[in-house]
Amino acid sequence: MRMSNRENAKLMTGNEACAEAALFAGMRFFAGYPITPSTEIAEFLARRLPQVGGTFVQMEDEIASMAAIIGASLAGVKSMTATSGPGFSLMQENIGYATMTEVPCVVVNVQRGGPSTGLPTLPSQADVMQARWGTHGDHPVIAVAPSTVRETYDWTIRAFNLSERFRTPVILLLDEIVGHVSEKIVYPARGEIEQVERERTSRDPESYLPYENTDSDIPPFAEFGAGYRYHVTGLNHDETGFPTNDPKKVDILNRRINRKIERYRSEIIAYSESSLEDADICVVAYGSSARSAHRAVLDARRSGYKAGIFQPFVLWPFPHERLSLIAQRIKNFVVPEMNLGQIAHEVSCATNRNIVRVNRVDGGLITPDEILEEIKNVSIR
Amino acid sequence: MSFRYEFRLSGSGGQGLILAGKILAEAAAIYDGKNATQSQSYGPEARGGSSRSEVIVSDEEIDYPKALNIDLLLCFTQEACDKYYTDIKDNGILLVDRSYVTKTPKGKYRMYSLPITETAEAKVGKALVANIVALGIITQLTGIISRGAVEAAILSRVPKGTEELNLQAFNAGIELAQQAQS
Repeated sequence: MRMSNRENAKLMTGNEACAEAALFAGMRFFAGYPITPSTEIAEFLARRLPQVGGTFVQMEDEIASMAAIIGASLAGVKSMTATSGPGFSLMQENIGYATMTEVPCVVVNVQRGGPSTGLPTLPSQADVMQARWGTHGDHPVIAVAPSTVRETYDWTIRAFNLSERFRTPVILLLDEIVGHVSEKIVYPARGEIEQVERERTSRDPESYLPYENTDSDIPPFAEFGAGYRYHVTGLNHDETGFPTNDPKKVDILNRRINRKIERYRSEIIAYSESSLEDADICVVAYGSSARSAHRAVLDARRSGYKAGIFQPFVLWPFPHERLSLIAQRIKNFVVPEMNLGQIAHEVSCATNRNIVRVNRVDGGLITPDEILEEIKNVSIR
Repeated sequence: MSFRYEFRLSGSGGQGLILAGKILAEAAAIYDGKNATQSQSYGPEARGGSSRSEVIVSDEEIDYPKALNIDLLLCFTQEACDKYYTDIKDNGILLVDRSYVTKTPKGKYRMYSLPITETAEAKVGKALVANIVALGIITQLTGIISRGAVEAAILSRVPKGTEELNLQAFNAGIELAQQAQS
């Protein structure tokens, strides 16, 4: 029996890795309402948060859960909630509120089949567009989609970092496969993943402007309870935080909250590429579909097909620039996803190529063979 | 060609198949130093309804975590057996609990119809540990995961105070399989 990597290796699910990583990132407030297939995140944190001096609250519903984490974050505590499709729908209004009021928080959506209550125990990736446009109004969003347990660990920490850095809600899009699969995880070494804290104001309470238009476009934060009194509202507001209808000020705010993500795109966007150097087919896949895609590309290579894979970890903002560059050389794109083509549309916009879609909406994970078949079909054409 | 071994443990909700799968995966991945994944598929019901747990063991990274070509199929219900036996690969293993599966289909696999739940009742006094008896049988029949590794994983996963009971069940499974093999 080999015991070599027993010490730093653990078998855990994606949901457990998410909860564990959130604690590592400094999350100390969780409010949620249980829903399959995300419930293990709440279960784990209900047990662990009190042990580390944090707070766990089971709320009456998802609307209140989202409101609670916004409140906790305004008091300076890193906060998170976790849900699945139906609960994610209920959270949309307050996600917009967090965007407008620039409150950092992480919202985990372990996707299951939909629409409506759909398929509680089966995977789906059909909330990708809801993550982007679920809440109303012109708004920016950051959404990330890991595919393995280790990636879930890393990207949960990064979700907090992005949220703190840009003072915006970050959506962590898991799915039933990623959330429930148990696999070996070797924790990152200490210092391997940085931990980011929101920038605190250096102004005194009298001169503090909660929504100051700074060069960075990200206003420094002051937490409630530290002597700073200011107004927080979902209405369009000026630098003081009070509502305004002044067209100039409204325009400044609406453009700034979008620009503060847009201008840092290159810092936010993250993806991996493999076997693309000499490829004439590019498979674009994310979340658990990327697991099948990696196998399909390996199998294709073994059969002599020149396929490669592009896996975005950050779905929003979408890496249009990089894919557009890849499309200068590669004509064929295959996009497998457990929905009817939500990211395929983005790939199409980015590449201006015909996209071969591989879609499943029956609750089943796309198999490597289903992708391989399309790789072969494209090659014949 | 790389090594990939696929287990599917099938039956109905409440029979402990998901826990059994996690124990197998932990034994392989943590105590035997291989790679392993465990995934599951079940209905929205807490008990009853079909349930299956799949474990992949490999010496390389496991991307696709579901079983495609099964090396060992365990069936705790007739329904599961009827549904899944065609997914077993040639020379694979079909293991059924004879208390629940009375009609066993023919195919190019090794068939073991064993008194799993009966043994749990007779040797340990609890039908509840039938899943752990099955783990003993699987360990002995496949030789994919070491006995010590499975024991260690059982001890790390079962509720406190039930360790002895579960080890007894595991050993009863090993013996049952040894008898079936001889």
